[in-house]
Amino acid sequence: MPKPEDFNLDHVANLARINLTAEEKARFASQLGDVLTYIAQLNEVNVEGVEPTAHAFPVVNVWAADVAEPGLSVEDALRNAPQKRDNMFVVPKVVE
Amino acid sequence: MPQELFNASVAELSRMMGAGEVSSVELMASVVARTKAVEGRVHAFNSFDEADALAQARASDQRRAQAKASGSPVPALEGIPVGIKDVISVAGQPLTASSRMLANFVSPYDATVTRKLKAAGAICWGRLNLDEFAMGSSTENSAFGVTSNPWDLERVPGGSSGGSAAAVAAGEAIASLGSDTGGSIRQPAALCSIVGLKPSYGRVSRYGLIAFASSLDQIGPFARSVEDAATLLGAISGHDPKDSTSLRMEVPDYNRGIAELARSGRKWKLGIPKEYFGEGLDPEVGAAVQAAIDEYRRQGCEIREVSLPHTRYAVGAYYIIATAECSSNLARFDGVRYGHRSKDATDALDLYFKSRAEGFGPEVKRRIILGTYVLSSGYYDAYYLRAQKVRTLIRRDFLEAYKQVDAILTPTSPTPAFKKGEKAANPLAMYLNDIYTIGVNLAGLPGISIPCGFTAGGLPIGLQVIGQPFKETELLAVARTYEERNGWRSRFPKL
Repeated sequence: MPKPEDFNLDHVANLARINLTAEEKARFASQLGDVLTYIAQLNEVNVEGVEPTAHAFPVVNVWAADVAEPGLSVEDALRNAPQKRDNMFVVPKVVE
Repeated sequence: MPQELFNASVAELSRMMGAGEVSSVELMASVVARTKAVEGRVHAFNSFDEADALAQARASDQRRAQAKASGSPVPALEGIPVGIKDVISVAGQPLTASSRMLANFVSPYDATVTRKLKAAGAICWGRLNLDEFAMGSSTENSAFGVTSNPWDLERVPGGSSGGSAAAVAAGEAIASLGSDTGGSIRQPAALCSIVGLKPSYGRVSRYGLIAFASSLDQIGPFARSVEDAATLLGAISGHDPKDSTSLRMEVPDYNRGIAELARSGRKWKLGIPKEYFGEGLDPEVGAAVQAAIDEYRRQGCEIREVSLPHTRYAVGAYYIIATAECSSNLARFDGVRYGHRSKDATDALDLYFKSRAEGFGPEVKRRIILGTYVLSSGYYDAYYLRAQKVRTLIRRDFLEAYKQVDAILTPTSPTPAFKKGEKAANPLAMYLNDIYTIGVNLAGLPGISIPCGFTAGGLPIGLQVIGQPFKETELLAVARTYEERNGWRSRFPKL
């Protein structure tokens, strides 16, 4: 298992798309350091040959008939939009 | 039977409404008046809509009158005010997850459990406070204020479904719904002296529940008795085409099943896992749980020591798996289609960074960051994959124990309710509070917390009963066996 000190908060916050203040960085680095140190005890467990569990009761191949059903109306779908116009979400310019 | 309508059980109120002794409007008015009287101190709700609740109660009284006139059956929750955790959608009502991110969000549709509650005649009452996005064990992580424990207002009600537990304990709802990812129903139920049930994973549809950790989340009821919890479970259970993880299994009549098991005189084999009674367990909690175990023994149950050897790794595995899933689930909050949008963003990428920085509180940010890290390139196998393998071992421990016993008895929480602020600055200490509840979620099992006493200082203590997969009837029957022999239900907090 990696060492807790491998944890690079700036890199991970960038991946998570969250700006952190200097104060948050200092606090989170210390708190998450404690958590990672605690989590490191999973290294003690012998997991050789053990299959991973993603779900306690996995269900696979859940099919539905390919039939259109009524969904949200445009009005309902846009009801919580921070900004909208002409039945669309308005976002900052993405392509110059 | 308590004197006040707002402290009565679903079963008592259903009988009274059926006999015409009280109407749903009178009951709702009693609950509204109680809520207005105590809510300033308890703060169980993020919001409630009195006019809407009374309109639902009037409609319920009309349905009951029509059913009576036509001789048709009255559904199980007709006219009962059921509080809803503010992470479950109710069409037209706010849905905040106690986050600034969703401060102004209004649900465009009903969750499946909401639709089922309405079909069973219930009044959907209020939006109950929680730790932001259900991440926490004290309800202190809410962006809209801390809920107080009705038994001691200086203390937390537990969490994350703290509002759901406090409302039922304080007489502000007759029953409620919460969600449980690592103990978020059972732990607050224990800390507030009520019944809280987490069903088997897949028993109840999660459609319309804001996702935290999808392989662990499950919706369940809070109530004043095992019988009421069984009634609510019956109303919300069942396969749902809109949740592909909900299972196609028949939903039994739980209360009839409990009664049949009681009549059969079945003597339960109950397991006591030694790993749940070690270091960190408060002596008063340990003594109360031991007294409950002795009560089971007196009633002829066979008590056996069992071992769940991987218990000590459950919290570590959980905080890898749950945070990984949350980092993925909460990626949808990007300020584009709904939720908080930063006013200062300069471009699309900046919009994500700033909207998420402004919208999420500290615990949610910590968990997203931890979850992003354990899934990131180079770390996935060491953290996430290893945690999933440990999850297999934890699950196997339980299934192995169930070869010997019908159910397992443990404390729900290692300590009674702690003081507000006591653990707020130390996330790891807060996480360790979930040590007895987390394994149940990792293994997908049903678990229930029932009141089993009070500390000398008057703080509630909960007994956890852990059942076998999809054997909720047996689980509830074991819980009922203890409940009917003690008087904890007749105690109410002084507010």
